[in-house]
Amino acid sequence: MQKKSQKYVGKNVLRFEDERLLSGNGVYTSDLKFSSLLHLSFLRSNIAHGKIVSINKEKAEEIEGIHGVFTYENFKEVPPIKSTSRMKNYFATNQNVLCSDKIRYVGEPLAVVVAENRYIAEDAAELIEVEVKNLDPVIDTLEATKPYSEILHNEIKSNVILERNFNTGDKNFLHDKDLLSVKNIFRMTRKSPISMETRSYVCNIDKLTKILTLYSSTQVPGVIKDALSLFLKIPGNKLNVIAPDVGGGFGGKASLYPEEIITVLLCQRFNRPIKWVSDRFEDFMSTSQGFEEVMEVELFFKPTGQFIGLYGKIIGDVGSYSIYPWTAALEPMQVAGFLQGPYKIDNFNANVKCVVTNKPPTGPYRGVGRPAAVFAIERLIDMAAKKLKTDPAKLRLQNMIDKKDLPYRIGSGIVWDNAGFKECLKSALRISKYEKFRRIKNNENSNWLGIGIASYGELTGIGSKISVAPGMPLNTGTETCIIEIDSTGSISATFAIASHGQGLETTLAQIIAETLGSKPDDIKINQGNTSLIKHGTGTYASRSAAIAGSVAIKSTKKLKNQIMKIASYIFETTKKNIHINDGFIFQKDTNKKISFYDLAKAVYSDMETLPIKLRKPLVATETYDPIFGATTTATHIAIVEVNPETYKIKIKDYIVSEDCGKVINPMIVDGQVQGGVAQGIGAALYEELKYDEAGQLKTATLADYLIPTSSEVPNIKIEHIENFLPDNLGKFKGMGEGGTIGATAAIANAVSDAISHLNIEITELPISQDKLYNLINTGENQNELKFGK
Amino acid sequence: MIDKIKIETTVNNVKYSKRIEPRLLASDFIRENLHLTGTHVGCEHGVCGSCTIKINGLTSRSCLKFAIQLHGKRVETVESFSSNPQKKIILDTFKKFHALQCGFCTPGFLITVDELLQTENLENEKEIRKALSGNLCRCTGYENIIKAVLELKNNRKTK
Repeated sequence: MQKKSQKYVGKNVLRFEDERLLSGNGVYTSDLKFSSLLHLSFLRSNIAHGKIVSINKEKAEEIEGIHGVFTYENFKEVPPIKSTSRMKNYFATNQNVLCSDKIRYVGEPLAVVVAENRYIAEDAAELIEVEVKNLDPVIDTLEATKPYSEILHNEIKSNVILERNFNTGDKNFLHDKDLLSVKNIFRMTRKSPISMETRSYVCNIDKLTKILTLYSSTQVPGVIKDALSLFLKIPGNKLNVIAPDVGGGFGGKASLYPEEIITVLLCQRFNRPIKWVSDRFEDFMSTSQGFEEVMEVELFFKPTGQFIGLYGKIIGDVGSYSIYPWTAALEPMQVAGFLQGPYKIDNFNANVKCVVTNKPPTGPYRGVGRPAAVFAIERLIDMAAKKLKTDPAKLRLQNMIDKKDLPYRIGSGIVWDNAGFKECLKSALRISKYEKFRRIKNNENSNWLGIGIASYGELTGIGSKISVAPGMPLNTGTETCIIEIDSTGSISATFAIASHGQGLETTLAQIIAETLGSKPDDIKINQGNTSLIKHGTGTYASRSAAIAGSVAIKSTKKLKNQIMKIASYIFETTKKNIHINDGFIFQKDTNKKISFYDLAKAVYSDMETLPIKLRKPLVATETYDPIFGATTTATHIAIVEVNPETYKIKIKDYIVSEDCGKVINPMIVDGQVQGGVAQGIGAALYEELKYDEAGQLKTATLADYLIPTSSEVPNIKIEHIENFLPDNLGKFKGMGEGGTIGATAAIANAVSDAISHLNIEITELPISQDKLYNLINTGENQNELKFGK
Repeated sequence: MIDKIKIETTVNNVKYSKRIEPRLLASDFIRENLHLTGTHVGCEHGVCGSCTIKINGLTSRSCLKFAIQLHGKRVETVESFSSNPQKKIILDTFKKFHALQCGFCTPGFLITVDELLQTENLENEKEIRKALSGNLCRCTGYENIIKAVLELKNNRKTK
């Protein structure tokens, strides 16, 4: 007799990826070798703003082992990278694959060397002579918006390449006599995503078919394939993009890069495989950077504590070019989009400007916009609580959207639904023993000890109605799954996602196994390879488990229906008497069973068991579009202690209560939370890309740009709330970014609470030891700058 | 071209004799010349620890060493772990605790943990955290790595 169906969703299935990764047998792009492989090295600009007068490559070309030195002159036919959008008041920038004329950031590629090995390529790159004419560098975000500022892109005539206003409600409340408000200027500094694997590309050409295969450390092989085909006019059947094992991404590997295009072009020209592996210094200078905005935000409320209005002016410093395909709108627009958070506020007004400066382009980085937005609103709520002499947790609960208010449209137009905002907050308060902490803090001399709360909402697993970035001409809302059983009875499922640490080879197998009635380890998940699937993009924006997980169910159900039909013929019964479990197909209440091997034999090879019409290949392909997105929410609580002598900030406890819908693999979800919080801790306390007035990066090594080590990240207490399931097929919500989204604000609030006796508010992140020293001892707040109109 | 010189070294119990440029980094030698790509290069300035190997039984950053410094030495890389029952336990424990995500920093952690288990007391979690602070991981937030090492340490003591 058959056993009860196995449940795999919700179980800690150990990862199938781990064996190869642990034994040293993972295959990352830089591990790939081909015979007659050539290597690239890029010469990059060492000035931030200027014009190329001449590039002399003679000396470089004379070196033994050099196959060529190339500048823009050699790539004239390649169109510039231009990230278009349907947004009004947006001006796309033109970025040539190698700088043609005007240099716009330190690190911009000027020339590329092709050589026998990387050592020789780097030798030669050093011998290229570049003459430049310097222009005034535009580095400061606010200065860049001024009319007297040097213009980066002459054809756009302004450094503000996008402006948008949000307006919901009215202004009548401003005349209210009892109206109270808190207002501040907040600054989120520039970060580097820092995946431990630097960006790397290898392109190979099949001499017989001329098919080009780009192996790329990318999160978005589908986006890259479509873009390369478009830019280089290579038909898709002659071009394949494979993301093999990828060593982390966090958004830094989710955009198209000039080096990717050049690697493919040179492979085509030399008719030989070509490899480029970035070093860490290059990665700091040339991988898309994150965040950087100045936000002037004001929260209006009644003496009762009820929030009435939220006004924001956001200037996002997007660096030198508008990133492809997301555009410069991605980060700053999401700051405004999510500024209101999970709170009821009727009147919302925001102005967003995206400004170009002579720094590398910004792009997606874990959290996108929301770490900055949540930092601003959650800080303001604490300041409002102080003004009202009320408890910040109480003030949040008073204004938070209740489940009976859902669906709720916030001022920016985002609709929250099926989310346990208050439930997460209450859970985190309970786990952190919040009230007890407050009593102790009020009664005893516990200055320098602080507790900070941050609650937020985010949209994940976004369907086609909402672009990941507004106006972007790219479909990121659908996912396709091809599931098939071959002649040996083995199951494979193919997706367009590209896992780079998330364990999707395991979680998608769990979902399929449970839906089909097989074992997870019998299912091979194919992903990260554009030749296997007609369309798709990749893994980013907390989408893969939610959308790919949902389509896995859809395709598997279709295949299962086909299997049941065949089995009911074999068993001479009806479909409702068929049961599939553990890889066997049973007739209910009998001893009859067949394996998937028997099934495959019947369909493909024995030519007698089944009639012709039932011998169709065991394949099901479905596409799924969740149309809208799923609301993920969490509350983070941080407890910190500041050393009154050294100003070192220690995180003593950290709590995350989160609602990501149905949890597929708790171990993996917890891992994402822990890793996300660690990056949020970095953003809050340590990480900052510092540029000097000339546009030189002063933090270009891992000894200068500090990411948290095992000594800085605490253990995290995590609780999952699974009572608010979204509309999508799998009831899954995305959760890869949330850890970073909540941590910046929770820590900023905790540090502010710890030094509340000094009446100092944290308004800029990171709040490093030296910044805290300056804030306390000199009263110097770098944020007291004039906010341009 | 720079004149090549000959080095002899033993890597994972295999003897190699190779002619190399004196400027070749040990990390590149292991990855490119010996094809042992389990040793990863994350920063090439000695901070991240992804390239950690053992030289004569002691951990070392292979990106800060020249290949010629491996001459006459006994080198161990992560590829030696699966076939060694003592070290295989480290791999299995990392898997059990989900102590890796993208896996790029993992070889460096495994080599470091192997040494720590042999040389350090690791009295408490704080000591483990301190001992591992020379290896950077961007995915896990370290918690599960610490849990794995705690279990490895406890099992070591019961022996």
